[in-house]
Amino acid sequence: MEKDSIIETNRVHFYYGKFRALTDISMRFQKHRITALIGPSGCGKSTLLRLLNRMNDLIPEARVEGEVVFEDRDIYGPDVDPVEIRKKIGMVFQKPNPFPKSIFNNITFGPKLSGVAAKADLRNLVEESLRQAVLWDEVKDILDRSAMALSGGQQQRLCIARALAMKPDVLLMDEPTSALDPISTAKIEELVEELKKKYTIIIVTHNMQQAARISDMTGFFYLGRLVEYELTEKIFTNPSVKQTEDYITGRFG
Amino acid sequence: MKITRRRKEKLIKNIFFLFAIVSLLILFLIVLFLFREGIPIFKEVTLWDFLFGNEWYPTYQPPSYGIWPLIVGSLIVTFFSSLIAVPIGVMSAVYISEIAPAALKEVLKSVIELLAGLPSVVLGFFGMVVLAPWLQETFDLPTGLNIVNASLILALMAVPTISSISEDALYAVPKEFKEASYALGATKYETIVRVIVPSAFSGIMTSVILGMARAIGETMVVLMVAGGAAAIPESLFDSVRPMPASIAAEMGEAPFRSGHYHALFATGIVLFFMTLIFNLVADYVSHKFREEGSGTL
Repeated sequence: MEKDSIIETNRVHFYYGKFRALTDISMRFQKHRITALIGPSGCGKSTLLRLLNRMNDLIPEARVEGEVVFEDRDIYGPDVDPVEIRKKIGMVFQKPNPFPKSIFNNITFGPKLSGVAAKADLRNLVEESLRQAVLWDEVKDILDRSAMALSGGQQQRLCIARALAMKPDVLLMDEPTSALDPISTAKIEELVEELKKKYTIIIVTHNMQQAARISDMTGFFYLGRLVEYELTEKIFTNPSVKQTEDYITGRFG
Repeated sequence: MKITRRRKEKLIKNIFFLFAIVSLLILFLIVLFLFREGIPIFKEVTLWDFLFGNEWYPTYQPPSYGIWPLIVGSLIVTFFSSLIAVPIGVMSAVYISEIAPAALKEVLKSVIELLAGLPSVVLGFFGMVVLAPWLQETFDLPTGLNIVNASLILALMAVPTISSISEDALYAVPKEFKEASYALGATKYETIVRVIVPSAFSGIMTSVILGMARAIGETMVVLMVAGGAAAIPESLFDSVRPMPASIAAEMGEAPFRSGHYHALFATGIVLFFMTLIFNLVADYVSHKFREEGSGTL
């Protein structure tokens, strides 16, 4: 594994039953960088994202070939516990999905399961995570109120804070702004750029401007294949593959 | 005369209104009748003595109309049947909706539905012919028709109610909550205990209360297996006479509009209020603990 990379996929194929959703994906995700995965619907980018923390395990009849290397071992190896992987590789979903619990209990859900029990530690963790997610000032007086009472954008930042409370190495984001208004989207984008100092972020997005604005590396997927994987600047100014150019200029997709 | 579209709409609306009002009207008439036939008993006995009187001797001279033993009988079999049925019903719902493999899930679901469809007289028969002799021999009792027997059979009747309504509630928990939990490194069991069950809590509580309402109103089973003794029980192996059993057993014998007849109707009123309370509580709980849906905007 190369020095600056944190996750590598080697010749990964992925199947839903008989359907092959991903074909021969080999990618290196770099530490403390934002990598954007783009491509038309159904191209496999979300599938790849969910492969990286074994969320696809939850789908019956899903099957993986090849290896996904994280911390020098294949996370699909026989002795790997997916629960441990998910603690280190956090995830934020397309639709904000806070638990119907208080804001405080949303943040402490994961840490409590990992054995953080002391009240003071939990309180600190809540403040720290909410500050990192730039939500603290808005909710510090209503921590015991239901997370469901927050706006969509706040809920999504809460979900980010909840993921950060686990102190993950990598944060996977699956179209985190597609259900949000432009102002909330801008806030989340700002936040993501801030977070890359401490975390590695891999983000799936349908919004090409978003990929161009915030990511360092961009991978373009089409029909389950990785068509092009390059520096974002290069992809958006001078793509080497015609398909990529057609997609980002809006000729298809 | 040409019917205009507007008139047609109005006509359809009225027809539906009529059907809606019919069921309401029937219910109202039943309640009215129940009260008309039940209230006269209070010319012979005070409400207090009726509810809390310890002696139910409606055919003695002079008769005594205290239904406290019947109320206690009803409550006690309801309580113990719930004690058995609630854990079984809820746990089986959790297993079916969250743990069981797809093939087994279908089998279990249909078995439980089948259990719900069993006529109560069949269950009562089972209690009488199989369970009662077994209880009698095993515990060396004067009779196997007692609280334990009735509670077990009533539990058997309440389990399908509790299980199927709980299962619906668990099934309705948004997939997003589960995903969020797994993504935070929760195991399957942590997800069930900390996310899925709490999210479905109001539905589970509703199922429990409806299951209890089913047990308290059930007639045939308690008539057949509770033993029929109108006395406050001293042990779990004593016979009791729950209210529905008393009404069903005695109504045929009670002379029309006699004191006994009115007393049985008044017992019906008490039963009516009890099930009403169960339903109101179920309604309240299902609203009170309703978790708001997943992250909507």
